[in-house]
Amino acid sequence: MNRSFSWWLQLAVTLLTAAFLIVPAIQSILAGLTVSYFRGLSSGLTLKWITRVWELYADSIFLSLWLAVSCLVVTLVIGVPAAYALARNPGRLSRVLEEFISLPLAVPGLALALALLQLYGTVTGFRTSWTFILVGHVLYTLPFMVRSVLAVLMAMDFKTLEESAATLGATAPTRFWTIIVPNAMPGILAGALTVVTLSIGEFNLTWMLHTPYLKTLPVGLADSYASMRLEVASAYTLIFFVMIVPLLMAMQWATARAQRIAQ
Amino acid sequence: MTSRTFVAACLVPLAAFTLAFLALPLVRLLQGSVETEAGWAIYLQILQKPRYLETLVNTVLVSLAVSVTALLISTVAGVFLARNRFFGRGLLLSILTLPLAFPGVVVGFMIILLGGRQGLFNQLLPGHVVFAYSLTGLFLGYLYFSIPRVLLTVMAAVEKLDPALEEAARTLGASPLRVVVDVILPGLAPSLVAAGAIAFATAMGAFGTAFTLATNIDVLPMVIYTEFTLSANIAMASALSVLLGLVTWVLLLAARSFTGTTVAAGG
Repeated sequence: MNRSFSWWLQLAVTLLTAAFLIVPAIQSILAGLTVSYFRGLSSGLTLKWITRVWELYADSIFLSLWLAVSCLVVTLVIGVPAAYALARNPGRLSRVLEEFISLPLAVPGLALALALLQLYGTVTGFRTSWTFILVGHVLYTLPFMVRSVLAVLMAMDFKTLEESAATLGATAPTRFWTIIVPNAMPGILAGALTVVTLSIGEFNLTWMLHTPYLKTLPVGLADSYASMRLEVASAYTLIFFVMIVPLLMAMQWATARAQRIAQ
Repeated sequence: MTSRTFVAACLVPLAAFTLAFLALPLVRLLQGSVETEAGWAIYLQILQKPRYLETLVNTVLVSLAVSVTALLISTVAGVFLARNRFFGRGLLLSILTLPLAFPGVVVGFMIILLGGRQGLFNQLLPGHVVFAYSLTGLFLGYLYFSIPRVLLTVMAAVEKLDPALEEAARTLGASPLRVVVDVILPGLAPSLVAAGAIAFATAMGAFGTAFTLATNIDVLPMVIYTEFTLSANIAMASALSVLLGLVTWVLLLAARSFTGTTVAAGG
């Protein structure tokens, strides 16, 4: 097949860009598994650095997982009913509310953290507990859950389904559980995967909200980049990749699926 | 329970959470910014003190440069990937969207691996090639997390373009370049503007990357951080946060009115 010069040029730009993004990631995977990064791969492969990371940072990894699960539960409890209420009353007021809860997507995490710290920083029991970080994570991920569920609900005729159920005697809560939740499932799944992925990787808010006893995975990463040898920092990054990449892929799959349904 | 009360009850958790942890803290932030003797004049001080003004200009310039570069690269790659099917395309696409889930700190570390003291370039090239901790490093780091975001927006827009228009232009004798300039780019324009605004706003608010690279270049989020933690100048940190938040919010609002997409402004 004859390809034009511009085709090859476009391919070159695409490949160079991909190289820019993937080469350092591969470097960090290799560095995390080699005996000495300075001497290169010839120094041999080892799991020593991974074990070292586990000794140093296992608590951070578990805290992040715990936070992600808690964040998911809270965003489900708050977000799914809220999306339903917003879908039931699509009006200017709902638009404004949706816009307002989406502020944390636009306003940098640092600014939000500063706002939270100034209002609640002196409430000691709250400030020093993991729930303070949880609040930040929910703030940041909630709009994704609400929007994801809302998009699926808006695309279907749930009112007719609800009316049929109502004429058969189903109460409002029954209709929510048996009609809204099952039908909104693709949106809930996409929202849930987004919430977990973002929560595990959240740094900007968490860095300001965390205490020395409550370091999440990304906070630990920043710590290792600043104070550990390159192999340990790389091994820790490798562990993060292993956790986040499958989540990202699942999230992209679920979001694409939910969008197909919402169209 | 009537249907109406149930629907209203569905909104209660959201309303309570948003009021307590978003609305009130934001009010407190604004209040905190005007608590000193300077009052509202503190916002004037941002423009008067060279340190803050310089930071502001630096941040805007870096973000602008990153947005334009990310737009150029991602449009080429995005149009290419959307219009061609070849072996390895799926893998390329995965690689190009992978950094979406990377926090800013990890992006900073990626740049250190490329251009740090033990970095790839310093090992491969003769002489001392270290750029991670400079303006170049910051620029590359911001570019690293901007490319996937812009690429996804561009690709979504390309898929909505009607290929028949391009074919029509081609049968009428337009050169490939003319097709790009007269058909593809005008069709993509709204999405490109939106993607640029998203990239700009994300770069303006990026903290993790600058934090990891620990550059000497003052960008707004780093100055907010140092004002708050080191100088304990809470009023100025709050005022700068309010300013930064307003700028990024207005930009993203404008971007969304163009396309209707939402991308998280992390980094």
